[in-house]
Amino acid sequence: MTAEWLLPLIWAGIIGAAVALYVILDGFDLGVGMLFPFAKDDRERSQMMASIAPFWDGNETWLVMGGAGLLVAFPLAYAILMPALYLPVIVMLLALVFRGVAFEFRELGARKSLWSAVFAGGSAVAALSQGVILAGMIQGIRVENGAFAGGALDWATPFALLCALGVPCGYALLGATWLVMKTDGPVAERARTQAKPLLVAVLLFVAAVSLWTPFAFPRIAERWFSLPNILYLWPVPLLTALTALVAWRALVRGRSATPFACSIGLFLLGYLGLVISSFPYLVPPSLTIWDTAAAPTSQSFMLIGTLVLLPVILAYTAYVYWVFRGRIGPGESYH
Amino acid sequence: MVGDRHVRAIAPRRIAAMDFDPLLLARLQFAFTIAFHIVFPSFTIGLSAYIATLSAMAWIGGGGHYRRIGEFWTRIFAVSFGMGVVSGVVLSYQLGTNWSRFSAATGNIIGPLAGYEVLSAFFLEASFLAILLFGGNRVPRWLHVMSAVIVAIGTAISAFWILSANSWMHTPAGHEMRGGVAYPLDWWAIVFNPSFPYRLAHMLNASYLTAGFVVLAVGARYLLAGRHVEEARTMLRMAIGLLAVLAPLQILLGDLHGLNTLKHQPTKIAAMEAHWDGSKPGDFHIFAWPDEKAEANRFAISIPRGSSLILTHDPNGLFPGLKDVPPQDRPPLIPVFFAFRIMLAIGFFMAPAALYGVYLWYRGRLFTTRWYLHAMAHSWWIGFVAVIAGWIVTESGRQPWIVQGTMRTADATSPVVGEAIAFTFALFIAVYGIVFSAGIYFINRLIARGPEPSEPGERGPRLGSALAGLGDAARSLAGRSS
Repeated sequence: MTAEWLLPLIWAGIIGAAVALYVILDGFDLGVGMLFPFAKDDRERSQMMASIAPFWDGNETWLVMGGAGLLVAFPLAYAILMPALYLPVIVMLLALVFRGVAFEFRELGARKSLWSAVFAGGSAVAALSQGVILAGMIQGIRVENGAFAGGALDWATPFALLCALGVPCGYALLGATWLVMKTDGPVAERARTQAKPLLVAVLLFVAAVSLWTPFAFPRIAERWFSLPNILYLWPVPLLTALTALVAWRALVRGRSATPFACSIGLFLLGYLGLVISSFPYLVPPSLTIWDTAAAPTSQSFMLIGTLVLLPVILAYTAYVYWVFRGRIGPGESYH
Repeated sequence: MVGDRHVRAIAPRRIAAMDFDPLLLARLQFAFTIAFHIVFPSFTIGLSAYIATLSAMAWIGGGGHYRRIGEFWTRIFAVSFGMGVVSGVVLSYQLGTNWSRFSAATGNIIGPLAGYEVLSAFFLEASFLAILLFGGNRVPRWLHVMSAVIVAIGTAISAFWILSANSWMHTPAGHEMRGGVAYPLDWWAIVFNPSFPYRLAHMLNASYLTAGFVVLAVGARYLLAGRHVEEARTMLRMAIGLLAVLAPLQILLGDLHGLNTLKHQPTKIAAMEAHWDGSKPGDFHIFAWPDEKAEANRFAISIPRGSSLILTHDPNGLFPGLKDVPPQDRPPLIPVFFAFRIMLAIGFFMAPAALYGVYLWYRGRLFTTRWYLHAMAHSWWIGFVAVIAGWIVTESGRQPWIVQGTMRTADATSPVVGEAIAFTFALFIAVYGIVFSAGIYFINRLIARGPEPSEPGERGPRLGSALAGLGDAARSLAGRSS
């Protein structure tokens, strides 16, 4: 077991965890943004925003962590993925710019509805772009001589369209169940009603991706359906179905935290499924985590700091969530 | 220096001839987004330190007006910091979208430095900012004050790592080049590369100056209008006190940074001074139009041997000229030369302006010398312009290299077609234009609204409150109150 073999594996784990955290954490606040148009009035929207205002900045930092982590540990993958997914990445970033400033601008401005629309639109476009980026990383990227060798629109496929609709749907589910847990009154009730069709839609998208990918990409079919893999992997879809069932019952029975927990569970299972499909390829179908890894000295220099700092970050992130615990009532806002 | 030669990064792909020049567009787009970004950190690094000071002063019993001033600036900080965050997130991905071959070649070095910034600062700022902004009635007072301090420290740590990475591009050290890729040898030498301490000190000080002049301008504006007089006087005193130390210090730091640049990047200095012939002492050109084709300066108004005196401390001292390197290794002269003069002019305005403020304060006329208050009220922008000018000097001055002497900017681009870059560049201009205009508008509104009025019966500051009250009353009587 050499450092050249072990370090990329550890880093894949760290970045994988950071991306999972990002998807869940920013997922729910992007989802809340996408549910903005369905609120009754600006007072309700302020209540929704108050439920995420203390958290969004920290949540989005996991995206920076994902990008910086990729540059740290797998610079070659970073250098291939960014040009390959150039347009969706830039569009996502600009959408995040809009929705990020909308938090403050909406509170300060007289034209609340304008910045509400910007917030909702920015959230939706960011989620949609992330769906396209996800698709790009599953369907593969053309690489020659260690550099991206495709065109600017290579990512635009029917499969990308499927993911571009699926990811926002999933984020909206996270956002709705977050509101069920973190707000009171009509906002929470409406979110509970919205969560049910969203849950069904998410399951349909999960099923569609699960069927599409093995048919379209033989390497994924082989990963899942060859022996003995299938013997180990069959619990993944089963657990997904069970989690969805628990989520549905919790929504019907008026539970507050269980639907959000189950939505996180669904995301983690879906994520696990994608990792199983792609591992160890970081730039499928050609480059693995070992092909794109940074120098061991760089990975270990950063690993020391990460092992010290990451627990501290998780601790104070948890503390911030604890400080702002409890539900936001109707008419409440932080400003 | 190891790898002191022109190295090509990972097999560059040939890009077909097209109307849009991808290199130029990638550079313009990056210059635009990074210049937009730097405006906010250079303000918020300084402002967060000011807010932390105010919180601490209010906490130890300095008076309610410190709390009100602190809350006022915190609202402005929230808007600016938000814009800094979102434009910073963009940059963490633009290294890959615009400069993928640079990322592949230097990821081993730049990656960990950027990574440490995220882990040690970005999360810290984001989390404690939430407590600072929204947690006033949810956490104990000491923790709220600590959050302000932690945010301020976090912004400075951010600057530490980002400037370390940037400095390495100017004065690469502690690595070796193998097959066009930089491999780390000595992390201490990489982090504390030769230009880093100077750049860090110069930039952090620039941030404190930028915020200081904004606070000074806002205080002066309130005094002139006769509003928020108590708060305005405190702002003025604190700003003048800080600037009187930091503005002269900045000239010294700039000089030291310049001498360091002369040692490691002499061509950049030659461009800043428009000094062509290294075999002769250099004049200091107050104005000139450097002509790159003729390799000479037109319309020069110069102080003979001025540059030699500044750079070598000897009027007959010699330093390398532009002609010492072939034309393709020279930076673009116009931006470097003029941006340097703009920065210099602002620096030499800041120091006497701050010192004169101290003189007025000492003579007891700081709050009544209206021409001075007018001048300061209109100087809120000078720090920002100086910062951007300074970055143009140092970044354009490094060209044509992206990593000095090691990798050319032309070899750093991504395999992205010009049309795509032109499209996203247009998007960036539109989005940033809207966001920036709205941000300025909202900050102006917050300034126009001013600090919350003091509550009746609140204990004012120990000194000057009676005087301030009298002043307010007199102004109201005179009908000048707005």
